[in-house]
This record gives sequence, structure tokens and C-alpha cells, in this order.
Amino acid sequence: MSISDLLKFGGKKPDAPTGAEADASASRGPETVVPSKALPKFIGALSQKEAPVLVDFGPVIGTNVAFFGEHLGCKLHIEDLAAEIDRHTRNNIRDALPATLAARFTQPDGSVDGVLCWDIFDFLEPAAAKALALQIVRVLKPGGAVMGFFCTKGVERAPFTKFEILEETSSLRHRPHPGLGGAKFVLQNRDIIKMFDGLFVSESFLLKSNTREILLRKRA
Amino acid sequence: MWKRDDAVKPPSAGAPSGANLQSNQTSQHVNPAPASEPVRSSDTVRGMEKGPVNIGKSVVIKGELTGSEDLTIEGHVEGKIELRQNVLTIGPNGKIKAQVFAKSVVILGEVTGNVTASEKVDLRDNGSVDGDIAAPRVAIAEGAHFRGSIDMQRTGGKGGETKAENKPVAAPAPTPQPAGAGQR
Repeated sequence: MSISDLLKFGGKKPDAPTGAEADASASRGPETVVPSKALPKFIGALSQKEAPVLVDFGPVIGTNVAFFGEHLGCKLHIEDLAAEIDRHTRNNIRDALPATLAARFTQPDGSVDGVLCWDIFDFLEPAAAKALALQIVRVLKPGGAVMGFFCTKGVERAPFTKFEILEETSSLRHRPHPGLGGAKFVLQNRDIIKMFDGLFVSESFLLKSNTREILLRKRA
Repeated sequence: MWKRDDAVKPPSAGAPSGANLQSNQTSQHVNPAPASEPVRSSDTVRGMEKGPVNIGKSVVIKGELTGSEDLTIEGHVEGKIELRQNVLTIGPNGKIKAQVFAKSVVILGEVTGNVTASEKVDLRDNGSVDGDIAAPRVAIAEGAHFRGSIDMQRTGGKGGETKAENKPVAAPAPTPQPAGAGQR
């Protein structure tokens, strides 16, 4: 290791782990099944629509794809924002994330029936969260629904989670995600309402795990 | 050995059998027909016609690839692939930058472009797709990479299937041009 490497290491943010760490983190954490109150409501809102268009911010999960295809016959856009966040973290360009998120979504205005945010907002700094929320409001159709999970306690470092929908839809299997993860930021309820200007909170649940499940809708 | 060229020159042996390679530029075409026994060359060619068609990993095709039998691609293809009534397998070494149309598509390699299947798209572990998938059935394995949209026609894909199946696949006309390329 050269001196320049050492200096680089010294100046590195503690939240920017190496690729090796990322690989090592691939198998961390057990799988758990966690009840969800908002998911059945979200699916109920979508099932009233003919061939709804759905955007999923999580990574692709085969069973979820099959579920949405079979139960809703929807067109599904997989965005995998965890990978995008990881890319910015690895390249030490987190500052560029708001701009990336603002430019990333190619869906036309008012073309999407539902957005599955999962817990992506927890991993975004306020500016990036706002940029993403603006895009959601833009692409959502009147009557469309957004489901997001929001933590109530900030964490310096947490892994991403994969959320697998179970058949009965009232529970989700939380599975470890191979990505880097990162710090978790808390958004107060008022921040969420302000951020999603143009939507209203349709349902809000506080789970035993202290996670808030929030369903937002755009007025029809 | 001395008659090696003759052994692989018959038109049907030049291209993967049954496949009509209309490529603008074929950088390499490796078709390793065993040529050590020229007497048995016709048997070899016949044998190839019966087996699955495979585009090897050193092959680069730029252009349009159509066919009427199952095909496995381990090489690189850029352009368009049409196997409307057959199964297309993109092997672990396969790299595709193309619009893909097939009855069924199995992906173990990398695809950049839209994939349309009248029956099923099967994205396997370590397979990767950057593009849109349209098929009545889509299976995605753990560890696969995907970014794009998935359109699973709820009605059983009648519209999509009709479109795909009604279009007759071009007859596998022997094309001498790829045969020439295959010698190199």
C-alpha cells in the first residue's frame, strides 16, 4: 500500500465501503416474514384498474413479478434504485444523486397507476428524497397510489432489504440485499406530506417494528 | 486435411443449419466442423443439422438473425434476432445488443434491448437484461439483473402471440456469404 493510498483511506468517508465489503455483505441478515397493513390496500387500489402500470423501486424479484403479472396483469417497471444509490456511494458521488433521480424516470406525466417505494426513502438525503418525490408526483395518474416504508429512527449504516410479496399479501418476506446500503434518515410525517405535495396520505400504519407504512394517493 | 475447405463449403454448412444470417458484417464465424476425415464430412454436416444450433463465443454477428429452429448464442449479436416459432437460449457467454423476438427465450448471458416472446421469457441466475420484456409468462431467478419494464399480457398474450405466430419465418435459404466468413 502506497502513501497516497493511505492518505486516500484517511480522507475517505466512513460510509463509503469498498467493493469487497459489499461482496461480504451479500449474505448478511436472516430472512423474516413481517406483516404489512399497507400492501393489501395498495394492491386493492391497483386491482380496480384495468392493466395498471406499476413502478417498483426495488430490485427485481421473480415472485413479485409473477404475482403482479398473474393477479393484476400489470405492466411493471423495475427501477432498482438500490443499485443506483450503491453506484453513487461506490463512486463517491452521492451529491449527484438528486440530479440523477430527477433525470432518471422516462415515464410520461400522469402515466403510472402505482409506485412501490419500499424503504428507499430511508436511504436518501433530504435533497435526493425531494427530487424522487417530485418525480413520483409527476408520473402518477390521478387516483394512483404510492406505498412507502419510513423508519422512525436514524441509523448510521444499514443494509438494503428485498421485499418479497407473499401469496396472501398481508405479509412480506424481508430478505437480505447484496448491496452496500447506507445511512438511514428519518423523515417526519410533516416532511413526507410536504415532499409529496399534490398527494394525500390515504393510510398510515405504525408497525411493531416502528416502521411507518404510508399509502399516498393522488386525487382522482 | 487438404480438402478441409471442401468439407465445410456446402451451402447448408456455412450458416448454422436452418438459420438465415443476414448480417451486414460478420467479424468471425467459427464453425468447427471436424475436418480431419474428409470422407466423413457429409455425415458431420448431417449431424450438425440434427443437433441444436450453437453460435460459439468467438462469433460476432452484426445485423439481422432469423431462423426456424432452436438456437443457442454464446457469442455477440448486435441488431435483431427473430426466431418466432423457436426457443432462443442466450448462453452465459452470450452478449446481445438487439431486439429479440422468439417463442421462448432463456437468458443466462447479457441482453441489452427489448425481448418479446410469445410464450415465455426465463431470466436465469446471473442473466442480465437491460430493456423491456413482453411475454405472457416471465420467470426471473434470484441473482438475475433486470432493469426495464415487464409486460405480461393478462389475456394470455393473444394479441402478442397472434402477432408473433402469424408471421411466417423465412425459409432457411442457404446463404453462401456467411460460409465464406466461416472459413476464417
